[in-house]
Amino acid sequence: MKMSNKKALYERPLIQRINTGLMNKFGTKTEYAPVTHIDTFSVKDLITQYGSPVFVLSERTIRNTYKEANRAFKTRYPKVQFAWSYKTNYINAICNIFHQEGSWAEVVSGFEYAKALKNGVPGNRVIFNGPDKTDEDLRSAINNNSPIHIDHLDELYRLTELAEEMKKRPNVAIRVNMDTGIYPMWDRFGFNYENGQAWDAINKIILGDKLELIGLHCHIGTFMLSPSAYATAAYKLSDLALGIKQKFNKQIQYIDMGGGFASKNTLKGSYLPGEDTSPTFDQFAEAICTALLNAGFTDKDLPLLILETGRALIDEAGYLLGSVIANKRLADGRRATILDFGVNIMFTSFWYNHKISPAQEFSSYTEDTVMYGPLCMNIDVIRDHATLPPLKKDDHVVVHTVGAYNMTQWMQFIAMRPAVVLLGMDGKSHLIRKRETLENIEMNEVMPDILNTFKLS
Amino acid sequence: MNLLKNLALSDTGFVFNPATGDSFSVNPIGLDILKLLKNGKSENEIRKSLLDAYQTDKETVEKDLYDFFKMLEQLKLTEQ
Amino acid sequence: MTKRNITVGVTGLNNIDSPGPGIPVIRGLKESKHFNCRIIGLSYDAMEPGIYMHEVVDKTYQIPLPSAGQQSLLTRLEYIHQQEKLDVIIPNFDAELYNFIKLQDTLKSMGISTFLPTLEQFEERHKSALPAFGEKYGIKVPKSRMINSMAEIHSLAYEFGYPLVVKGKFYDASVAYSPDQAMAYFNKISGKWGLPIIIQQYTPGTEVNLTGLGDGKGKLTGAVPMRKTYITDKGKAWAGVTLEDRELMKIAEKMVAGNKWRGGFELEMIRTDRNEYYLIEINPRFPAWVHLATGSGQNHPEALVRMALGEDINPYKRYEVGKMFVRYSWDQIVDLKEFENISTFGEL
Repeated sequence: MKMSNKKALYERPLIQRINTGLMNKFGTKTEYAPVTHIDTFSVKDLITQYGSPVFVLSERTIRNTYKEANRAFKTRYPKVQFAWSYKTNYINAICNIFHQEGSWAEVVSGFEYAKALKNGVPGNRVIFNGPDKTDEDLRSAINNNSPIHIDHLDELYRLTELAEEMKKRPNVAIRVNMDTGIYPMWDRFGFNYENGQAWDAINKIILGDKLELIGLHCHIGTFMLSPSAYATAAYKLSDLALGIKQKFNKQIQYIDMGGGFASKNTLKGSYLPGEDTSPTFDQFAEAICTALLNAGFTDKDLPLLILETGRALIDEAGYLLGSVIANKRLADGRRATILDFGVNIMFTSFWYNHKISPAQEFSSYTEDTVMYGPLCMNIDVIRDHATLPPLKKDDHVVVHTVGAYNMTQWMQFIAMRPAVVLLGMDGKSHLIRKRETLENIEMNEVMPDILNTFKLS
Repeated sequence: MNLLKNLALSDTGFVFNPATGDSFSVNPIGLDILKLLKNGKSENEIRKSLLDAYQTDKETVEKDLYDFFKMLEQLKLTEQ
Repeated sequence: MTKRNITVGVTGLNNIDSPGPGIPVIRGLKESKHFNCRIIGLSYDAMEPGIYMHEVVDKTYQIPLPSAGQQSLLTRLEYIHQQEKLDVIIPNFDAELYNFIKLQDTLKSMGISTFLPTLEQFEERHKSALPAFGEKYGIKVPKSRMINSMAEIHSLAYEFGYPLVVKGKFYDASVAYSPDQAMAYFNKISGKWGLPIIIQQYTPGTEVNLTGLGDGKGKLTGAVPMRKTYITDKGKAWAGVTLEDRELMKIAEKMVAGNKWRGGFELEMIRTDRNEYYLIEINPRFPAWVHLATGSGQNHPEALVRMALGEDINPYKRYEVGKMFVRYSWDQIVDLKEFENISTFGEL
């Protein structure tokens, strides 16, 4: 060993054609600067302890991000309430961080609803959204006094029937869709503002007198880069609220602006990196709060502002640590690197160019590389094009900004899903979801007797 | 493996093929290999030279040299 | 008068058949009565001709493409500043302006001045926001809307009729005469510049342009209107002539008074047969033909540098009408060693 230390550090030999018009390498070092630690935890140690790949989430980043969002809104508006969007990341430990910070729960299915109750969230602090609520879901939500956000007329009528049957007065809000000047306009959820459906639904609810209309809800899109669209949405919901006050002398309790704030990820097809272009919480807060404060409510009538932000609160806190399985040269001469994680566990690589950093030091030489996952499927591409140093087998990489949606949309396909680890503010790493096992997967399978045995010659 | 005879190698890692007008960049170890090839060294000699000069092992050098030579062929920098 | 020695960083050295504004800006600076300018070229590509034009560009450094983000750009500029002590930077590409605008305070604290529009001014003139812009400042704008998917092209026939104009977020515009053509341009332009794509009503008439400079306080420091008299097959000006166009000057004054534009800009307008002016585009920087302004008596690049350095200057009142520019191309002879240096070390 002593002998070999006198030798020069080895790096894979590289040769590249000098192409004009491509990214030049001068000053782009931040693109592939190694990330050896997350918070104070060594990437290498985490992989040794929990296996590769492994999702890790930084408790510090989650809490700091939440505090930042909370500050942005509370310094601009007197009554603000966040509700954690379960679908974004519903690992219980993560949900509980948000609940500790003061978030209610926002759920979109019976499964998520049960999860929130099980985590100990009081029923009247669980907002029930979504187009698919079964009778069982609705009954349970009515019994728990949960705010039920009505998506369509069929649901409105069904709720009215259940209210009569159960002799209860459910707390409801309606979801409103609208033109906020952005494309595509989400018009499949809720009742439309411009064509009067929303106002009609409000009238049906109030005049029907079986349901208690306590709020108005919208959710104008996803990965929104334009704060001004939220201002438009806030004006339109306020307009409905003021209309209710005027016609029925009734005050609604809250306006729920939903979520959709962009995180710092870079969408495929966008030219500038999301880190530089995504609006800040301050910008979203300024747009929404200014619109509400100027809408014409008297000070005492100002409704509670509810926010269901998911992605922007959790994306940056999440990392995926993985390893290089192999390198190969494609027929056209491009370099390809095969990683031990694919689109099965990193669903978001379909729409983001996730930033990927090597987890060990390299020289400044880089190569353009296609990054593939390990699935035996052609669609398993993590990055079509990344500029990275010459990674070799077993080197580690860190994928950034994966905290939102991956740990809920991941698929169990040909392999088990990896462990999820929380990097605690107590300086310890905590396993919050174990790596799946064959037993986990087969637990729900049933083998008919006639298929119990076989013989192969 | 024979490198094109008139290939111009610069110590900066800049490589120019006067026959086609293409230019390339190589990292320092790549430049070492090109120089060894230019001096008529065989694949075995190059392998040994790299093992003497760098902290690496036989398998890695074998894999990487194979890939590097394939690239040289693909980039049309070798005598047919 | 003794001239002050300053160092100015300039981008847009791509003096090719569809040229960037860098070299014309530099020529204005080199003709300055107030400054002796050392010019530091900032290039994105080793093939930008300005890199090799040593009579106008003293030294060139490669900088990372805008898509690498602000941190990469800043790191590189810090290095260049250490070597060169830049007094001013004049960015000349639309696609890089966002980063430079965001970094302007940091640059200022390093001692590098810029004279750029605010982010609000920059954003509200985006092609996609032009209709609202026109309404706000009382300027007519052809009907347009953004599309994000090819599926939306089918509905365009009813809304716009054909022909219509398909435009990219940053650059590129093509006139499509059928849905098939519109789809082809959609693919081509979105592949290069991303989404959204802007669809615009086709407005027949004569194109007239204006290169201008706003002082950031509502005054128009200089403005010269021009009509292209000859265009290349890419639609770029090959030759042009300065015009006396009171109406166009009034529009520029109105816009600058309204939005307090800071820095260079270009108005691209269509003058219809009925003498109506439609705003097609506002470029948030000098156009490639800005040297015509210098040549007709208004040195806009020099004025911009003076304002960047904090001087108060009197607006230009006059320019010579009927002054022409005729572009030409020039084959430079370049030693391979120079190409090697810029592509290996990123400096020349």
